Amino acid sequence: MTHVSPQLSRRGFLAGTAGFTLALTLPLGGARAQSAAASGSAPFAPNAFVRIASDDTVTVMIKHLEMGQGPYTGLATLVAEELDADWSQMRAEGAPGNDALYANLLFGAQGTGGSTAMANSYMQMRKAGAAARAMLVEAAAAEWGVPAEEITVSAGKVAHPSGKSSGFGALAATAAGMAVPEDPPVKDPKDFVLIGTDRPKLDSVAKANGTAGFTMDVYREGMLTVVVARAPKFGAKLRSVDDAAALQVKGVEMVREISSGVAVYATGTFAALKGRDALVLEWDESGAETRSSAQMLQDLSDAAKAGGAMVEEAGDAGAIDGAAEVLEAEFRFPYLAHAPMEPLDAVIETKEGKAEMWFGSQFPSFDKPTAAGVLGMKPEDVQINVLLAGGSFGRRAQGSAHLAKEVAEVAKAAGRDGVFKLVWTREDDLQGGYYRPATVHRLRAGIDAEGRIVGWENAVANQSIMAGTPMEGMMQNGLDPTSYEGSNDLPYDVGARRITWARVDSPVPVLWWRSVGHTHTAYAVEVFLDEVLEKAGKDPVQGRLDLMLPEATRQRAVLEKVAEIANWSGRRAEGKGYGVALAKSFGTYVAQILEVEDRNGFPHVTQVWCAVDCGVAVNPNVIRAQMEGGIGYALGTALFNEITLGEGGGVEQHNFDGYRMLRISEMPKVEVAILQSGEDPTGVGEPGVPPLAPALANAWRALTGQTVHQLPFSTLTA
Amino acid sequence: MRIMLAAALAAFVSPAAAQVLRGPGDFSGIADQTERSVALFEEMGKVLTHPRCLNCHPVNGGPTQGDDMQPHEPPVVRGVADFGAPGMNCATCHSAENVEFVGSPGSIPGHEPWALAPLSMGWVGLSLGEICAQIKDPERNGGKDLEALHEHNAEDGLVGWGWEPGEGRTPAPGSQELFGELTRAWIDTGSACPS
Amino acid sequence: MIKLGVNGKEVTLDLDPETPLLWALRDELRLTGTKFGCGVAQCGACTVMLDGMPRRSCVTPIGSIDGSEVTTIEGMEGPEIEAVQAAWAALDVPQCGWCQSGQVMSATALLQLVSNPTDEDIDNAMNGNVCRCATYVRIRQAIHDAAKTLEG
Repeated sequence: MTHVSPQLSRRGFLAGTAGFTLALTLPLGGARAQSAAASGSAPFAPNAFVRIASDDTVTVMIKHLEMGQGPYTGLATLVAEELDADWSQMRAEGAPGNDALYANLLFGAQGTGGSTAMANSYMQMRKAGAAARAMLVEAAAAEWGVPAEEITVSAGKVAHPSGKSSGFGALAATAAGMAVPEDPPVKDPKDFVLIGTDRPKLDSVAKANGTAGFTMDVYREGMLTVVVARAPKFGAKLRSVDDAAALQVKGVEMVREISSGVAVYATGTFAALKGRDALVLEWDESGAETRSSAQMLQDLSDAAKAGGAMVEEAGDAGAIDGAAEVLEAEFRFPYLAHAPMEPLDAVIETKEGKAEMWFGSQFPSFDKPTAAGVLGMKPEDVQINVLLAGGSFGRRAQGSAHLAKEVAEVAKAAGRDGVFKLVWTREDDLQGGYYRPATVHRLRAGIDAEGRIVGWENAVANQSIMAGTPMEGMMQNGLDPTSYEGSNDLPYDVGARRITWARVDSPVPVLWWRSVGHTHTAYAVEVFLDEVLEKAGKDPVQGRLDLMLPEATRQRAVLEKVAEIANWSGRRAEGKGYGVALAKSFGTYVAQILEVEDRNGFPHVTQVWCAVDCGVAVNPNVIRAQMEGGIGYALGTALFNEITLGEGGGVEQHNFDGYRMLRISEMPKVEVAILQSGEDPTGVGEPGVPPLAPALANAWRALTGQTVHQLPFSTLTA
Repeated sequence: MRIMLAAALAAFVSPAAAQVLRGPGDFSGIADQTERSVALFEEMGKVLTHPRCLNCHPVNGGPTQGDDMQPHEPPVVRGVADFGAPGMNCATCHSAENVEFVGSPGSIPGHEPWALAPLSMGWVGLSLGEICAQIKDPERNGGKDLEALHEHNAEDGLVGWGWEPGEGRTPAPGSQELFGELTRAWIDTGSACPS
Repeated sequence: MIKLGVNGKEVTLDLDPETPLLWALRDELRLTGTKFGCGVAQCGACTVMLDGMPRRSCVTPIGSIDGSEVTTIEGMEGPEIEAVQAAWAALDVPQCGWCQSGQVMSATALLQLVSNPTDEDIDNAMNGNVCRCATYVRIRQAIHDAAKTLEG
């Protein structure tokens, strides 16, 4: 099992056992080894991917946030493969915030998101493992006086035909003195031993016995727990505070104004919450969002109707108007909260001009300078210890770094050094914004007399996720791809195309939500396409295959595969409906077929078949888990979830009773097929989500004839 | 069909229409004893058909909750002892008293004991006449004669919870005392049922 | 002063009697395996055993359970919890892991009461435990596997 205690901080690391630490950044010219003295007493700097201890354990510093999607196991697998380690000796630890060492190679900064953990780490981690292996071999050659070429490494044993053999730990001190290879060779994929096979996840045991350490589990001497009373409406400003009653609550130590609201500091969580309840606050709502979400959706509809910036344009703009038949549909999508099971939280300790933080930082590159800025410190004086996160689904990936900012403001406003744990409650989480943007799609398609699609228009309207954040620089020509990704570059030949995006601003903060733009674009595209195919008299699977562009080979393959495992052409049970959908997101291709029943006018999903192509399947077990989980996450959302603003702009959902999670009795059976591929691996954390909701809508329409153009399904029956 | 909608906290939906519960004296003008008895039961019906009572007198598997009688969330089942399923019974969440949530509006109701009325006493969707017949029938009311029924209505703690339901829930109309008096008067007038 | 037995040891808590057991366990006794997920008995992450039966600690004021025996995941013993945790690891049930203490507690309670649960038994006992990662497919299988282990 892995070492996953809340104290997996720099301190724990400094106290590490003897061995050697390999720091390795690409390009490899920057690589260096750092040695522990033979005595094992000298400390290591925490700037490495691989640490081999004298007890043979190999600890991989994981530069990506472990929030359930599996990077601890996945990245350790890459190192173990090239190191020829035995899986049982592998450990994983969260790497601290350090851009120079732990940047996401696709971002150029440390951060986890866009299902990039595996994709950007694939060669880097393999090279890290390969370099460590080469140094162990050199060490053995030197100690044994034999040529390095005669030495083999397998399952954690270094051996020579003469009969000499050793574990890694005994060689670690010598290996630390060896030169780091410039460009260590990596294996031919056909020689993989671990990659592509199932093996236990490194964090399962600790998470099943309650010892896995998360942010909320951090307790430090003298720590105060802090909750913040935030504005009741988005954009409202604090006018006045009466904290007299709050300060009377036993355990409440202070109350401070910070930019996000009023912070209550107490000796424990209950006292802090009670103190917060006792605050008397007045808010200025003059700049607040006061529209209801029903009004906002209507405004989005109007904006989509009016057009927007051109995202993609090809072919004859008049193709649709001249078609034999024209179909039109408007799709409406609500705001969605991520609702990770561990609400947002962070711990900060300030001491003599320096700060140390413990939390599930998903973007340390933003969080560190933001906290440093608030505290008036240099970024290098702020240490971020990245802990396990109890889910994120995008919620902790904050371009605004608002959580780091808030906890730093809490520390600053205290007016003294100290330790502060900031805790958000479930209400804070569901009412606190940073939602998947509410979105409207207006689609039109033209079909000719032979049933061919001759034109396709999609007008998307929503808020921009990136505008107003440090990510704004990624926008080009005023376009935010995360708002419409998946509505363009379709794998289908749909004739002439016009895809537009209308940006509509609101004070409601929005954020990427597991699979981002694909959460709505896949639904709009795949449901509308299904309806068009039905109109044209085509089978949903064959109709899609017939439309597939020649270059869309991987889409074709997953669609054919899912049809095969679901027995699409043969499976037609009485009283059940079947639907299919396909989406490529984050470089991964997923097709799903879904079986649904009608229970008192509401869908009950009994089974989902899923085919995924994510390139090399590094750990099939993790890939299946992410498909299963993505399906359940997407299903609960499609059935039940919407964050709504009532008249006046207040959020109407408070807790899980009003924002309902999928429960075990609603979870379908899931069968996953992973396509064999030699392509570089791509992510699996998000891509299981997009096809589920459209497959559900298509199955439901097939069963009941009812079209579903507004999510969630529960709005149909309200 | 709203059963899949999560229940909004009762505090945030319009409270069940406030009703006044009249006392037995308000019916003394009805000369015919049977008619008066029926009228008394109809008055009792304001309590019997109030969400506070109906929520735990379902005719199907599980309870409903809130003033708008949404399905219980999380989903629960009746179980063999009207007390939930093995591994998640009523006492997994409900204790001997109402407990206000911390940092959140509302409360979780509680009483000792806390359980569903037996299936034979389910009356959601029944007419008052049907409820009346059922409530008098020892085969279905747990073997109670009319005196025991009066005691149940007038004294039982779980019945009484209906008037002390905790933050976020509208109390049943009147008081348990008045409900007991109505029951007494109804019995004394021949315990007639509405047709 | 409130006296409780916690994981076999007597503890005395000098806290507001309204304090939910959840926060007493975490903030006072540092038993962090019991998790906060909602605070309103909707998610089950805070499940403990109260006098041997599962209980949502977030809606249990300590003043209401004076003299009771509380067992958290840290103090669980016996064949059922062992079988459950072994099955959880073997199937790699956890993803983010936050809800899993509560899932394991509820699953253990179920197996203590029903030695060979059906899918329906599992639904009924586990519907109060939310897993946002939706690890439900594996939770169900792990409970079946643990039941088989216990059968011997």
